[in-house]
Amino acid sequence: MTAVPATAPAPPRPGPALLVPRTLATAARVLRQLRHDPRSIALMILVPCVMLLLLRYVFDGNAAAFDSIGASLLGIFPLITMFLVTSIATLRERTSGTLERLLAMPLGKADLIGGYALAFGGLAVLQSALATALARWGLGLDVTGSPWLLLLVALLDALLGTALGLFVSAFASSEFQAVQFMPAVIFPQLLLCGLFAPRSTMHPVLEAISDVLPMSYAVDGMNQVLRHDDVTGTFIRDCAIVAGCAVLVLGLGAATLRRRTP
Amino acid sequence: MMNYSPGDAPSPGAPSPLPAVRAANLAVVRGTRTVLRGLDFTVPRGRITGLLGPSGCGKSTLMRAVVGTQDRVTGTLDVLGHPAGSAALRPRIGYVTQAPSVYTDLTVRQNLEYFAAVLAPGRANADRRRTDVTRALADVDLTAHTDALAGNLSGGQLSRVSLAVALLGAPELLVLDEPTVGLDPVLRRDLWDLFHSLAAERATTLLVSSHVMDEAERCHRLLLMRDGAILAEGTPDALRSSTGADSVEAAFLHLVDRAAGRTAPAEPVRPGKDLLR
Repeated sequence: MTAVPATAPAPPRPGPALLVPRTLATAARVLRQLRHDPRSIALMILVPCVMLLLLRYVFDGNAAAFDSIGASLLGIFPLITMFLVTSIATLRERTSGTLERLLAMPLGKADLIGGYALAFGGLAVLQSALATALARWGLGLDVTGSPWLLLLVALLDALLGTALGLFVSAFASSEFQAVQFMPAVIFPQLLLCGLFAPRSTMHPVLEAISDVLPMSYAVDGMNQVLRHDDVTGTFIRDCAIVAGCAVLVLGLGAATLRRRTP
Repeated sequence: MMNYSPGDAPSPGAPSPLPAVRAANLAVVRGTRTVLRGLDFTVPRGRITGLLGPSGCGKSTLMRAVVGTQDRVTGTLDVLGHPAGSAALRPRIGYVTQAPSVYTDLTVRQNLEYFAAVLAPGRANADRRRTDVTRALADVDLTAHTDALAGNLSGGQLSRVSLAVALLGAPELLVLDEPTVGLDPVLRRDLWDLFHSLAAERATTLLVSSHVMDEAERCHRLLLMRDGAILAEGTPDALRSSTGADSVEAAFLHLVDRAAGRTAPAEPVRPGKDLLR
């Protein structure tokens, strides 16, 4: 241990009025953590591409089915991946004591959530861009609308996944439990979102339930881009609902971050 | 409850008269259990105050209350002139939990850089952050391991990374929960030397918990705890002389017996290393 210099440093200069630097620092930290884990990055980026490739040849003789299911999956992949990654990452933050440490420091809850959303959102853009490009140009997915709109929906879906993951991590006390939340939270939405059967043909009770599940609108938005060459009113509604749900759940997630814990 | 404050020697650094921590009738409930009951104590500024007592007596809960992370705290608890947990206190307190709380999938330097950016964000503070990180690494003697992944360090090294994070930004109050547990004797001595130089040269107030009584002698002042209450507070000398014991451990046992209504043992208690575990 070296001798301690007698002079104390000057207090930190007040930063800009916004707390953006702390959000950016948090996002950079999350990405740095991921960089030490190249296998996870590879899985996140490549698995959706491999799934699309698989799907293309599963529907080898039915191009229309590939178009519809492929477009839906482009919206579902980012949601599921980000849900899993965020729920595990924030659970680790809770159990390792770093969350308690951060909340005892001058870090806003919005900085933490914003940092995670930014880091994983960026990764989701990369993942979606690759998957969309592969589907559109590599596998001949026939999309009427702009691929940029597909990417927009994918990004909103990723944010929704991040939000849901953050929220459920508060209710899991181990990584084992956190993983179990995926079938509990994601699978029902997957069944009811219109991927397997049009929502209008479901039992009325299930259709009503699917009306209030956000993934239904994520898939619907993707199908709007698939069939229309312009931005439809339904597409805007779908995007607004997915974004609204993401913000709502992020707010609920923020409420689960307590500076004082029992 | 017994207080031994008159025995305290004034500090050489002449700290401000206001104590760093002042508690009155402090209580904490966890679940259905009252973990801390009606505590009254002070922690003087610029000194090392040891919080000693057996495992499970409420030391960690008390420290969490001081830091402001403990829920359901009642009574008065002022820290550096503000109610505990105030937002204004967050940059002024360094807190080290018993288990090292750092990111094991980042290098030592990356850990410190992130926490430094939380304390002093923005490009305007980049130089200050670099100085802070370098100094904290030197303080805990980890300069040789800056680029090692935290997850690859030994337990003792990892807990020093956790301590280094708390030293960032030169906090006025350091709350350290069992910082020397599991460390070898040389490291323990080095850490205590660091604590003393922090108090003497940076005027830092330290609140250090331990369940090992031989560390008591290294503190300026002690709070002896048992079963969620403060058994006694004062300097090690004052505690020994007021109980007629020859060690803090014997004094502690004497006080426990007295509180239980038994008479003090005629002979000094045989010092046992792990009597208080």
